[in-house]
Amino acid sequence: MFYKFLQTIRKELLLLRRDVGGLLILFLMPLALIITITLIQSATFESISGSRISLVLVDNDRGEIADSVIQNIRRSKAFDLVMELNGRPVTKKQAKDLVFSGTYQLAIVIPEHLSDDLNQKIDENVRSVLSGFGMETKAQENASPVKNKIVSIYFDPVSQVSFRNTIKAEIDKLITAIERDKVYSSFQKQLDIEEISFEKENFIRFNEILPQQDGQTTVLPNASQHNVPAWSLFGIFFIIIPLSINIVKEKNQGTFLRLRTNPTPYWLIILGKTFTYLLVTLTQFYLMVIVGKHLFPLIGLPSFETGANFFSLSVIALFAGLAAIGLGILIGTIAKTQEQSAPLGATLVVLLAAIGGVWVPVFVMPPFMQVISNISPMNWALDAFYDVILRNVPFKSIIGAILLLLLFALVTISAAVIYDKKKRSV
Amino acid sequence: MMNPIIEISNLSKQYLHSEHIAVNQLSFSIYEKEIVGIIGPNGAGKTTLISMMCGLIKPSTGSIRIYGSTYDNNEQRIRQNIGVVPQDFALYPTLTAEENLIYFGSMCGLKGKELKDKVEASLEKVGLLEFRNKKISTFSGGMKRRINLLAGLLHQPKILFLDEPTVGVDIHSKKKIIEFLKEIHQNGTNIIYTSHHLLEAEALCTRILIVDNGKILTQGSPQQLIQSISGAGNLEDVFITLTGNSLRDVL
Repeated sequence: MFYKFLQTIRKELLLLRRDVGGLLILFLMPLALIITITLIQSATFESISGSRISLVLVDNDRGEIADSVIQNIRRSKAFDLVMELNGRPVTKKQAKDLVFSGTYQLAIVIPEHLSDDLNQKIDENVRSVLSGFGMETKAQENASPVKNKIVSIYFDPVSQVSFRNTIKAEIDKLITAIERDKVYSSFQKQLDIEEISFEKENFIRFNEILPQQDGQTTVLPNASQHNVPAWSLFGIFFIIIPLSINIVKEKNQGTFLRLRTNPTPYWLIILGKTFTYLLVTLTQFYLMVIVGKHLFPLIGLPSFETGANFFSLSVIALFAGLAAIGLGILIGTIAKTQEQSAPLGATLVVLLAAIGGVWVPVFVMPPFMQVISNISPMNWALDAFYDVILRNVPFKSIIGAILLLLLFALVTISAAVIYDKKKRSV
Repeated sequence: MMNPIIEISNLSKQYLHSEHIAVNQLSFSIYEKEIVGIIGPNGAGKTTLISMMCGLIKPSTGSIRIYGSTYDNNEQRIRQNIGVVPQDFALYPTLTAEENLIYFGSMCGLKGKELKDKVEASLEKVGLLEFRNKKISTFSGGMKRRINLLAGLLHQPKILFLDEPTVGVDIHSKKKIIEFLKEIHQNGTNIIYTSHHLLEAEALCTRILIVDNGKILTQGSPQQLIQSISGAGNLEDVFITLTGNSLRDVL
């Protein structure tokens, strides 16, 4: 029996080796995916927090507030300031047209008299506070009331909501800091204590606590840590397509029929296929880990760190591969032609990836889709990968996910065997 | 009378959602040293009958005993004793002739040197030893047909089922295949085969079963069948007389 098992593996490996196109799809496609997606996502993260965005600024104020905004923007590493076009200051209309046409992604228009009006408004407020305490304040020079000012922001219509929100938060933070400084200055001026300096740094700060690995190294979530496991899983599940095609081909060629007449149990043939394709999925996974670890740093991407959890990752990849193979065998058994199995397999992989959180994290999905995501084996495997890589959990914490993947494989393979048996008895 | 190697009793097959009865209450036996030809027009029930005998589909009613065993009680024993040569080229096109035969031979329980020797000897016998390392996809129809045949009998089965073994091949390949079948029959292999080549069946078979509408119309040696119909000069005349001249297109 073992000899038959080995011969089945040998045959499957020979068939794979002779199918150069299929091999390219199996190994190069996932690699191309993780490199491309990680490059794109890494660049997207940096466009918000790291690399510089061209910002068109229209200064209609020409006062100290505008100067402060400009200085702060220049100090920040997020933006490249554009204030002139052909040697002349950018107008509000030009800024609007440039951004709405997509030439620039962002423009800010500082209104006229912003500095004067803000100073006056703050002085009024401070004076009224101090008067409430019965304190003497400096005389008001201009008593006319001031209206709220609007700083206009224009976004390229193509820019995404998350990008807009991040930019608005950044600008809001900047203006709040300027207003806060002005309030302090006004108090100093009104109380005539300009020689005393206030501590202007934020009293409350954020400190992000990250999980520890090996008791020392901090695991830093980055595009590589997210993408290598996610797209490795996508690649692993892509095995469904060549495997189901392989089974359909065997049925159509008649080799499957011949095998059914041989004194070899059906389960042994399935086991041989499973073992061979499991080797392929594990090779895919290790290849992607190697690329993430060694190639990514060479092309300017953060390195994929497995830390001390390589064994756990391998076990997850093994059982994810088993689940994918189970589904591939089921599709191959049910489909009558390659024209049925290939699109069905591809659609299922894409659907399982989408609901499994490979593209969009599950926690940002609508509640209904979060429930649906629980049926995707990619979700179980991806969660287990993240548990190990980013949450640094021990092996026993991923046993549940591994058992689910195993159960999925057993159910799908059993369904294929029952379907095949039933089909032959009708 | 010798003991039957295959006993078929009240065998019927009606496919699900079909009103047509493909095989209808057939009963017959096959004995040692026979070459039995099952012939009939398209849709007569030949393939269904041979598929049930090979254990590929289950009968609706009735039983099949092969060397006293049924597929329900001892499938593995039956499979050790039978070889099947399907009508399609049931081979892996991207594997070589030798790789195909090694694989199918191993699935029939052969291994090691015995397997290699048998592959080599059988390739030589059908004149394809020099092409052992060529991929099946590069073979002509006749060459594929010969490899297809070898893959079903490497393990020297006691009973060989053949479904149209010479369809679509040139006269040289056909001659080689028929000679080979006669040789393995002389060496003790019982052959059950279907064909549309009636003259070929007449020359090869020791007994012919003419089936139509799932029933056996007549059976006997080719000479007996020819003599049973007045004015018949060969098996084709017998066949036309019994099954009629109308076309039998089936879906």
